[in-house]
Amino acid sequence: MGAAPASRDVTSYGMGLAAPLALFFLLFFVAPLLQLLWLSLHNDTAGLHWGLGQYLHFLTDPFSLGVLGSTLLLGAEVTAVCLVLGFPIAWLYQRVGPKLQTIIILIVLLPLLTSVVVRTFAWIVILGRQGIINATLQSLGVIDTPLKLLYTQFGVVIALAQVQMPLMTLPLITALGRIDPNLDDASCSLGAGSWRTFFRIVLPLSLPGVIAGCTLTYAAAITAFITQSLVGGGQMLFMPMYLYQQASTLQNWPFAAAISIIFLLAVLAVVSVFTTLGRMSRGYGGA
Amino acid sequence: MAEAQGGRSLVVDAVTHRYPSGALAVENINLDIKGGEIIALLGPSGCGKTTLLRIIAGFIAQTQGRIIIGDDIVDALPPNKRAVGIVFQNYALFPHLSISENVAYGLAARGIHKATRQREAQRLLELVQLPAMAERLPRQLSGGQQQRVALARALAIKPSILLLDEPFAALDKNLRLDMQIEVKRLQRVSGITTLIVTHDQEEALSMADRVAVLSHGKLEQFGSPSDVYDRPQTLFVNTFVGSTNRMPGVVVSADRTAAKVRLDAGSEIIARPAGGTLSEGGRVTVCIRPEHLQFVGDETGFAGVVGMSLPLGATVVHEVTTADGSGVKVSQARIGETRALENGAAVRLAPLAPSLATPFPQRFRSSPEGSST
Ligand SMILES: Nc1ncnc2c1ncn2[C@@H]1O[C@H](COP(=O)(O)OP(=O)(O)OP(=O)(O)O)[C@@H](O)[C@H]1O
Ligand SMILES: [Mg+2]
Repeated sequence: MGAAPASRDVTSYGMGLAAPLALFFLLFFVAPLLQLLWLSLHNDTAGLHWGLGQYLHFLTDPFSLGVLGSTLLLGAEVTAVCLVLGFPIAWLYQRVGPKLQTIIILIVLLPLLTSVVVRTFAWIVILGRQGIINATLQSLGVIDTPLKLLYTQFGVVIALAQVQMPLMTLPLITALGRIDPNLDDASCSLGAGSWRTFFRIVLPLSLPGVIAGCTLTYAAAITAFITQSLVGGGQMLFMPMYLYQQASTLQNWPFAAAISIIFLLAVLAVVSVFTTLGRMSRGYGGA
Repeated sequence: MAEAQGGRSLVVDAVTHRYPSGALAVENINLDIKGGEIIALLGPSGCGKTTLLRIIAGFIAQTQGRIIIGDDIVDALPPNKRAVGIVFQNYALFPHLSISENVAYGLAARGIHKATRQREAQRLLELVQLPAMAERLPRQLSGGQQQRVALARALAIKPSILLLDEPFAALDKNLRLDMQIEVKRLQRVSGITTLIVTHDQEEALSMADRVAVLSHGKLEQFGSPSDVYDRPQTLFVNTFVGSTNRMPGVVVSADRTAAKVRLDAGSEIIARPAGGTLSEGGRVTVCIRPEHLQFVGDETGFAGVVGMSLPLGATVVHEVTTADGSGVKVSQARIGETRALENGAAVRLAPLAPSLATPFPQRFRSSPEGSST
């Protein structure tokens, strides 16, 4: 190695070391993906006739498009809720003492430390007809009849937001922590109030964290099969459940494969919009 | 010119600050600063300079005392209402805003129209000699240029007081000199009352109209550079500002203007107390600067043996070991042919004049080194 010609790129040394992981990806990611693509290009369940029939079916079927639309919307709602709740938490984290910081981090990470199924059932207990919220509101006399919380879009969004919160908060904490605290003081001494300081300085400088958090939350929210189906019940259909039904229940593998590919492309499109925004905002970094 | 408004006065009235952690950072500081003055806050690391600056700017609410700017007590005002311009040690330029947006930031906060803002930013950038950099981002500028932008940004709000926290610490020596001259020039042009925090005594002495020397949160002396250098009021100031020889001794006799001190190094000398009368028989530390010692041919002064001689350009510094074994530095101007002193030569030394030897009672054990005793 030491005698390698100087012209050789440093990064080329790393290629050999990346081989095991590359192989792993090839076997367990790229290969199944290609298989999926291959499967989706068949017009019949038996897999005898080639064609784009499955895709045409999906893209001309209002029901399928509706499922795609509501899934993407769900992701947007969960991301928005996480951002609105997560930003103040991250902001607070950077302004309290080390003891409170530990407590905040613990609270933020707690969802990650419990199993998805347990968390989801907890939400069922909280949101159900005889659940904690309804029982409390009824005993306080605020409402007469139980509110319908479970099996609603609202319930799914809240449950997902709680589960995905760490994915939003952690990047935000990192981004806010990288902002020089003197910038706050500088802005203030120049005559800016706290709102101006927030919108002109803190928010723009935390944008890389906002975008990273949104990307992670969004991707996680729209693919969260268990929470979506358990809290959503049978009433709402989102892409993961839709394709599960097609594959498992109806044994329509080519159509399920086409759904997967379309879903994948839709997610990629959204994520690449986020990353493009992220790259544009990265110009702000290097403070 | 618009800035020639004459700065407002600044009074720091019996200010004490204790951090929630219990650290007493600033203790009963009194400063009376006239409008348009340039003041240096000089002191070693951790003596409370930044704390005092942040109190004046309004970032910290002092536990006791008042800050008065002009005729107003500003203690109740938040930083954004105090019109105090501040230049941070790390400049704290907004990294995502262009240079001209940085400079115009304070004007935007005041709701000034965009065109006016840009014109004003451009004028200030010309003032700090960076007219062509308006569209760049801070990270595309060198350290010295960023410093100038930070200065222009602080000046843009036409502050009544300008605070600079170790503004030149991060610059190399030549650039530092340039910036010192630059700041002094801008201060003269604008007439803004300016407070510069520094731990560099040369910077303090060369730039300031008056120097406030701090140690352990207390004000040791507040006076003109020549006061502080030539007539230090405390042992701390004498040792921290400039270099000095500290020679222990006992007071033989003393009145208000002169004291006869028997040095441990042998022999008696006449010294002039900084203030108050020394008690006879009390132990004192006599401070004599290296350049105020001379070799004498007669029997006055004290005896010593020459050790190392260091030629430092215009001066030669000799290290002399006295009878009690302590070392004394003597600095001689190199005029014509200076008498070469051989290693081991026996010499006698005396202060140039009694007023150049200052005795301080030893019970005030405050010095930059063995401080926490
Ligand atoms: N936020 C804080 N909480 C508690 N103590 C502090 C805080 N900031 C400073 N101190 C303490 O107060 C004292 C004065 O600190 P300050 O920063 O004012 O010193 P300084 O003179 O500016 O030093 P330097 O030259 O190193 O910048 C120090 O002993 C420091 O430990
Ligand atoms: Mg400091």
